[in-house]
Amino acid sequence: MNRSLPTNESAIDPAIEAALDELAVPAPAGLADRTLVAVGLADAYAPLDTVIGPTWVAFNGLGVSAIESAESGPAFEARFRATHGRPVHRLDELPPRLTSAIRRRLDGDRRVSIPLDLRGHSAFEKDVWLKALEIPRGEVRPYGWIAAEIGRPKAVRAVGTALGHNPVPLVVPCHRVVRTDGMLGQYSLGGPANKRALLASEGLDPDGLEGLARSGIRYIGSDTTRIYCLPTCHNAKRITARHRSPFRSAAAAASAGYRACGACRPAVAA
Amino acid sequence: MTGSAPSVDVRLALAADLDAAFPALVEAESGRLYGMGLRLTGRPADAEDLAQDALVRAYRALAGWEPERIRELAIRPWLASILVNLARNRARAATSRPATVSLLDELAHPRIPVADTPHGRLERRAEAEAWAARLLALPERYRAPLVLRHVDGLSYEEIGEALGRPAGTVKAQVHRGIAQLRAAILADPDGAHLNHSTRDEHQSRRPLEVAP
Repeated sequence: MNRSLPTNESAIDPAIEAALDELAVPAPAGLADRTLVAVGLADAYAPLDTVIGPTWVAFNGLGVSAIESAESGPAFEARFRATHGRPVHRLDELPPRLTSAIRRRLDGDRRVSIPLDLRGHSAFEKDVWLKALEIPRGEVRPYGWIAAEIGRPKAVRAVGTALGHNPVPLVVPCHRVVRTDGMLGQYSLGGPANKRALLASEGLDPDGLEGLARSGIRYIGSDTTRIYCLPTCHNAKRITARHRSPFRSAAAAASAGYRACGACRPAVAA
Repeated sequence: MTGSAPSVDVRLALAADLDAAFPALVEAESGRLYGMGLRLTGRPADAEDLAQDALVRAYRALAGWEPERIRELAIRPWLASILVNLARNRARAATSRPATVSLLDELAHPRIPVADTPHGRLERRAEAEAWAARLLALPERYRAPLVLRHVDGLSYEEIGEALGRPAGTVKAQVHRGIAQLRAAILADPDGAHLNHSTRDEHQSRRPLEVAP
């Protein structure tokens, strides 16, 4: 080793400097791509198995950026590049902590926080999505409820549009938002059948809900507490059959002497 | 010495449209930053984190700056200073507390699969390993200027700017560093007493997608 090194001291230093110059190394493959993902100028994605089949999840250093159903990875990738204008790199699997965070969210654990990358969306859209995040697992709220809760009671149609544009369904549970007449309505992640499947997986009875809606029932009250709720509110579910009082409108409930539940706040959705 | 300073064009491009120009900066600088991180720490996994984190910090800083400030920036000394400071803070933190990794940290370090590349060929050369180990044995005040000079190819003035020291001090430290290396090589010409096998142990510390 170092046989090339001169033994004469004054000649050693240039040899040392030459050896140090040789210590530059190329960047490991993937470093540049990873760095761009970290700052949000590129994304990474992988499939995630869910009750509605495989979906594709993309994320970057700012948070989860897209969840979509697609026939294949390349199909998802092409659509992502077209809508986001950023490169997206296929991973073998999602970071395990992200997978478990999404699963815990779907299981109703609202304490787990999932960072979201919602750049490029309007303040109104973000308000709608953040409000949808508050809906508990196994419960649904009408579009009008979201509109009223975010202080835009007349923007019911715009709420529906914003939910249709939700880039991160499942995490933002837009499947828990239904039409104002109580029918389940559309779903952006692969269509209405998926909405029914998701709600069923959360313990709801989609056919029962739509039956109630068709019969014009919007609210359920308890004749013992004199409180009325949206039908899927956890408080409404606890009312036994013989104490259930159905109502067609908030006004009808109020004139019967019932007051609105503080948990599901049904009056605002009138 | 390696490479040359980024042209004025890079700064103009960054000032005009940071998001459009940043990928080219990453492409141009990530190798040198990784090399500096590797020679400062001796650990490939740490070097990758340092290079990435330095570039992420640079991006966030640039995103908040006025275009005039970006146009006047001495980019390479600035990037070097970010990396050296990160390396120092990390060395300090490593002794005081265990690292906690947030979900967001994890999202910022995706395991993008990569094809095997010739990266590391130089590393496998025993002689380069021996020199890297001698460099690592130097005190940080000599090692950092030597790494910036020889791995990043910065001038004394640029190193002074990066390390916040006068250029004259840097020059003296580089010479003293070389003198210490000379003493080390004369005392142990075969590198028999060098400990330069730390990389495998540290590479397994945290899974990485890049094959060594």
